[in-house]
Amino acid sequence: MRSLLREGADLAYGYPGGAIMPIYDELYKYQDKLQHVLTRHEQGAIHAAQGFARVSGKVGVCLATSGPGATNLITGIADAQIDSTPLVCITGQVASHLLGTDAFQETDVISISAPVTKWNIQVTRSEDIPAAIAKAFYIAKSGRPGPVLIDITKDAQLGDLDYSYDKCTSVRSYKPVPETNIEQVKAAAELINSAKKPFIVFGQGVILGEAEAEFKAFIEKAGIPSAWTVLGLSALPTEHYLNVGMVGMHGHYGPNKLTNECDVLIAVGMRFDDRVTGSLNTYAKQAKVVHFEIDPAEVDKNVKADVAVLGDSKDTLGKILPFINENKHDAWHNEFKKHWETEVEAVIDPQLNPTKEGLTMGEVINQVNKETHGDAIIVSDVGQHQMFTVRYADFTKTRSNVTSGGLGTMGFALPAAIGAKMGAPEREVVAYIGDGGYQMTCQELGTILQTGVAVKIVVLNNEYLGMVRQWQQLFFDKRYASTTMVNPDFIKLAEAYDIQAQKVSKREDLAGAVKEMIASDKSYFLEVMIEKEDNVFPMVPTGACVSEVRLS
Amino acid sequence: MEELFTISVYTENNPGLLNRIATIFLKRHINIESLNVSRSEIENVHRFTIVARMKELAVKKLVGQIEKQIEVIKAYYHTDDEIIFHETALYKMASSLLFEQREIQNVIKNSSANIVTVDPEFFVIEKTGRRKDTEELYDQLEPYGIMQFVRSGRISVSKTEMNISSLLDKLK
Repeated sequence: MRSLLREGADLAYGYPGGAIMPIYDELYKYQDKLQHVLTRHEQGAIHAAQGFARVSGKVGVCLATSGPGATNLITGIADAQIDSTPLVCITGQVASHLLGTDAFQETDVISISAPVTKWNIQVTRSEDIPAAIAKAFYIAKSGRPGPVLIDITKDAQLGDLDYSYDKCTSVRSYKPVPETNIEQVKAAAELINSAKKPFIVFGQGVILGEAEAEFKAFIEKAGIPSAWTVLGLSALPTEHYLNVGMVGMHGHYGPNKLTNECDVLIAVGMRFDDRVTGSLNTYAKQAKVVHFEIDPAEVDKNVKADVAVLGDSKDTLGKILPFINENKHDAWHNEFKKHWETEVEAVIDPQLNPTKEGLTMGEVINQVNKETHGDAIIVSDVGQHQMFTVRYADFTKTRSNVTSGGLGTMGFALPAAIGAKMGAPEREVVAYIGDGGYQMTCQELGTILQTGVAVKIVVLNNEYLGMVRQWQQLFFDKRYASTTMVNPDFIKLAEAYDIQAQKVSKREDLAGAVKEMIASDKSYFLEVMIEKEDNVFPMVPTGACVSEVRLS
Repeated sequence: MEELFTISVYTENNPGLLNRIATIFLKRHINIESLNVSRSEIENVHRFTIVARMKELAVKKLVGQIEKQIEVIKAYYHTDDEIIFHETALYKMASSLLFEQREIQNVIKNSSANIVTVDPEFFVIEKTGRRKDTEELYDQLEPYGIMQFVRSGRISVSKTEMNISSLLDKLK
């Protein structure tokens, strides 16, 4: 407990059980210094810790007991691993003399979690606990962040030790940040300066490296149109004149089309995920590629880099600035503008100003934008509404987009929103959730009830598992196998947890309901009935080329 | 084109690491042909020698993933002509053969194998060399009846330096 406090942790999410009771007993003694949030499921605890970490930049901490407690964390751990979120998970384990005997609630959580943790360790002696915790925090936070897990046997939790705590500042075999080669920086600058049609794609590396200011200075000086990945969203304000939108499967038309027309593609803190690139065989083949990256294993993994600049983004983007020539690229910008206008006409305008009777997700999100002025933290779950959210929500501040990107974990949003609000209590937190994903973790309404945390929940209800249904419509001849949902009365459910709730089915009721929700200083539940068979466009079908992006 | 690569991994001594490294192969559906773990020339530093068949692009990425593991100090990959390598095989045979089938003694002598032990019931031949050497001896002994056969994983040293000591000095 003292070790956790020494790492600056004053908040932990978790769920008690037999093998972690000694730790909870200590928590009881330290409750004035370390707040423990009891969630309703371990998965809720870890997603809350993720939400907390994503908005605060601190390490999220969660606790669970052995066996099922530990295995219930695994989805969140895998999510944090693929989205580079710093977490320290502490699990209880059966007493060391029982290890390997199939004891009650014994699971080999070290083996189970190995492929989805940055590091993990089992501790069987009390005296090893402080060093393990110190190392865990250091590894979770440094370099490319990630989740770590400490499995502590019950006897180790109970033992006495001569307590001393030394913060961990290095691990012999671990180099969190690779050295930056200044020659590579110069080579990158030369390519960028010589480019006629340069294009930047930035990812979460800008946010994790706290390099937002350096990034902005770099793109403004070079005058380069910049597009974001889902996780890079909010690193650059929506309204910034160089922000040209999103790349990838449901990204914007121009960025996808022009990926295959740029002459230099500059990737900053992103990993060329398949949802970003579509078919690699036809991805930006005409362009020279510059890759700014902290993780050497990401360089050349999917897309071969002509120049790789290894290092921390804050540092490398700062270093390249003096070598960059001022530029404007007006003609090139106009191409993005032209494509933008095409997309506004074909997709965005019909979404935001629909003429059909049914409400669209885009207009709900746009209505919330008007009330929050883009200052809110936006949490989204997984599916159609997630793509509508990242496409249409406005952002003015960094670390404001919390969503499960790499793993695509349905059920992420509600608990993540709870953690996000606790990580940034002064900010408004709005969670957009589909009717499917909401029911995966809606037990966490209980956590809202118990803690009083004020999150605004918007369920965009189309009575379908919408994204799967969209694919069934487009690629499986409308055979809607197991995607129709018969839903409960969500309003009654929210009210059962003492949360003010409202349901909107008509356009004329939307603005007032959103206003009331944002004005509330408590948690609030808004259900909006959405046009049932709306689709997310543009779309790059799986395995297609990014320039084959479809508008309908 | 797929080739045989020998991957050498210098690591801290951590019991979970074997699992983590094996998973990296499993995840990519790459079969490990042999795996050996031993101490290295540096105190407290262990060395994995892993043999697997894949394309060079794949082994490059794989080594990158291995190096990402916190307790891995450094990983290298080599083709067969960049290393000196051996495997060891043990052949357990019936002792009676030494008297009843005297030509078996010539087989052993000509293959420069060693007899490591002779028991009234059985004797054990040890042969160190490349895969084809131990296979050749196997084929020659097989007609006499091999009671047990086992072969170790490949061990190898690289012709060029791997510079682990200086790397460790830098990391300190």
